[in-house]
Amino acid sequence: MSLRIVVCVKYVPDATGDRHFADDLTVDRDDVDGLLSELDEYAVEQALQIAEEADDAEITVLTVGPEDAKDALRKALSMGADKAVHVEDDDLHGTDVMGTSLVLAKAVEKTGYDLVICGMASTDGTMGVLPAVLAERLGVPQVTQLSEVFVGDGVVKGRRDGDTATEQLEASLPAVVSVTDQSGEARYPSFKGIMAAKKKPVESLDLEDLEIEAEEVGLEGAWTAVESAAERPARSAGTIVKDEGEGGKQLAAFLAERKFI
Amino acid sequence: MAEVLVYVDHVDGAVRKPTLELLTLARRIGEPVAVSLGAGAEATAAALAEHGAVKVLTADAPEFADYLVVPKVDALQAAYESVSAAGSPAAVLVPSSAEGKEIAARLAVRIGSGIITDAIDLEAGDEGLVATQSVFAAAFTTKSRVSKGTPVITVKPNSAPVEAAPAAGAVEALSVSFSEKATGTKVVARTPRESTGRPELTEAAIVVSGGRGVGSAESFSVIESLADSLGAAVGASRAAVDAGWYPHSSQVGQTGKSVSPQLYIASGISGAIQHRAGMQTSKTIVAVNKDAEAPIFDMVDYGVVGDLFEVVPQLTEEIKSRKG
Ligand SMILES: Cc1cc2nc3c(=O)[nH]c(=O)nc-3n(C[C@H](O)[C@H](O)[C@H](O)COP(=O)(O)OP(=O)(O)OC[C@H]3O[C@@H](n4cnc5c(N)ncnc54)[C@H](O)[C@@H]3O)c2cc1C
Ligand SMILES: Cc1cc2nc3c(=O)[nH]c(=O)nc-3n(C[C@H](O)[C@H](O)[C@H](O)COP(=O)(O)OP(=O)(O)OC[C@H]3O[C@@H](n4cnc5c(N)ncnc54)[C@H](O)[C@@H]3O)c2cc1C
Repeated sequence: MSLRIVVCVKYVPDATGDRHFADDLTVDRDDVDGLLSELDEYAVEQALQIAEEADDAEITVLTVGPEDAKDALRKALSMGADKAVHVEDDDLHGTDVMGTSLVLAKAVEKTGYDLVICGMASTDGTMGVLPAVLAERLGVPQVTQLSEVFVGDGVVKGRRDGDTATEQLEASLPAVVSVTDQSGEARYPSFKGIMAAKKKPVESLDLEDLEIEAEEVGLEGAWTAVESAAERPARSAGTIVKDEGEGGKQLAAFLAERKFI
Repeated sequence: MAEVLVYVDHVDGAVRKPTLELLTLARRIGEPVAVSLGAGAEATAAALAEHGAVKVLTADAPEFADYLVVPKVDALQAAYESVSAAGSPAAVLVPSSAEGKEIAARLAVRIGSGIITDAIDLEAGDEGLVATQSVFAAAFTTKSRVSKGTPVITVKPNSAPVEAAPAAGAVEALSVSFSEKATGTKVVARTPRESTGRPELTEAAIVVSGGRGVGSAESFSVIESLADSLGAAVGASRAAVDAGWYPHSSQVGQTGKSVSPQLYIASGISGAIQHRAGMQTSKTIVAVNKDAEAPIFDMVDYGVVGDLFEVVPQLTEEIKSRKG
């Protein structure tokens, strides 16, 4: 029987660009290039490796996001995923983590899955909680923040490097997994992969397809509200000295002046 | 005054510092009720009382250690329900560790509450509790509110001072019946992280970090000597970690630890956005880099353009001689 893997990928504003907020305090997506969240490339990579090990597997990449989020799906398809699902609906604008997880849970269920793989955190919201909430909503084991992952015989195993300990985890499928950037470099799409991706199917779903009411998501349906966003004042220009043989001592004098020594 | 649930992060009964900081924040909002789980839970009560906990709800069961996250969510939910019987709590506060955030988020979805993660400050507002977040690699500061349910908020380390504020800290046993899902993910082995003998990276008042410029694992001793002269924690950039020179547990940045010390000293680190994401809120920032154009110099209070192998050992010697 085929192993059905769904990889959740997020389309985010480029972290090296000038990210800011729109007037409604949602992320401004117009002035910054968007891309597949770099940390989700690791999730796609692990999915590809797991699929290579399995006798028969199919990888679906799934995103919830605006029209341009198709770019993120294309990138994942060109890395080697088989097909894509794009949940897109104007009513999704401004959705928080509770709404996003609801939509992802319904979309994953509709697609059918044995294994859901996520990144450790997005590079814009950076909450790092969506996989746990998704597992809660789906009612399946959460096997998250893995720096190593193995799947076989209906079981997922992995290593989680926590704050105070390293844990070896094990759960039965179906399950939700998230992988860290320690899990192994993600491959670059090959030219062949890029060409092939153009022909791979991308299914579009809206809220109605998922039987979700508009009030449950979006800015209005959010369970959190952003009241203000202010650019952090630039740090006042510091003192820069060139080391002419006394740099260490000069630095020590500065630290003493600030009472660190 | 309404009660505020505070989830306790401890290792075998030793309360970790971010939890004590949460108690400071909780006291601003209401009466702190601590929830302490697992082996050593009761031993946490004294420290929690000392810092303002009026009550300490404790539970111990093998499930907390043997299965991932969910048993703790079940227990926190039981605590939430027991407190709610006497009126809705003002908030649920959880330390922003990877595990803390997962516990908080699963609780939030269960109790129908919104969640805010990685707050760096909390204050009472007209429409309820307002949380401050530092976002987009600390380029923006946002203020947000939970608009549905009891606010569930995770708070970053070093967001508030630890304050002594003795309270009753009455220990009460919490009864928890584990959900069917609690045993879904088994922890088959656990290896505690070896102590470095230095302060905890996220809790340290001073962090001394090295990057690719350090050049090798052996050369990190230069960084360690400086750290030890200041009683500091040692950090590393991802480039240094990826090269295998320093453990990943010491990585500072977007995919490592987020630190906010009084003083951050970066040597041989260029200052990429992903590194800045983990240290930009440090109070005082100092850098040593041989490239005058390195972006790290845009954010320093004091910078030395020079070879770290000249500057850092001289600094270490000078600190030692000043400290006598
Ligand atoms: C600066 C900022 C701060 C925010 N703070 C909050 C907050 O405190 N509370 C709140 O409720 N919301 C918040 N949001 C909104 C929240 O980021 C989004 O709702 C988001 O979709 C889920 O959170 P995340 O991106 O942080 O996910 P994370 O939990 O960091 O994501 C982990 C993984 O989940 C998957 N994933 C996440 N989003 C999607 C998606 N849209 N499509 C497919 N897969 C996905 C990816 O695999 C990703 O690697 C914030 C957004 C921003 C930009
Ligand atoms: C999704 C993602 C997540 C990431 N997460 C993180 C993260 O968590 N943390 C992180 O740090 N990075 C992270 N990165 C990587 C980041 O982009 C940079 O590549 C990394 O921070 C560079 O490390 P560095 O500054 O040590 O190395 P470099 O950028 O190579 O800089 C080395 C510096 O050392 C200086 N130098 C060299 N020799 C000497 C000498 N003898 N004396 C003085 N100075 C010297 C050089 O002038 C240079 O400025 C992430 C990247 C991505 C894409």
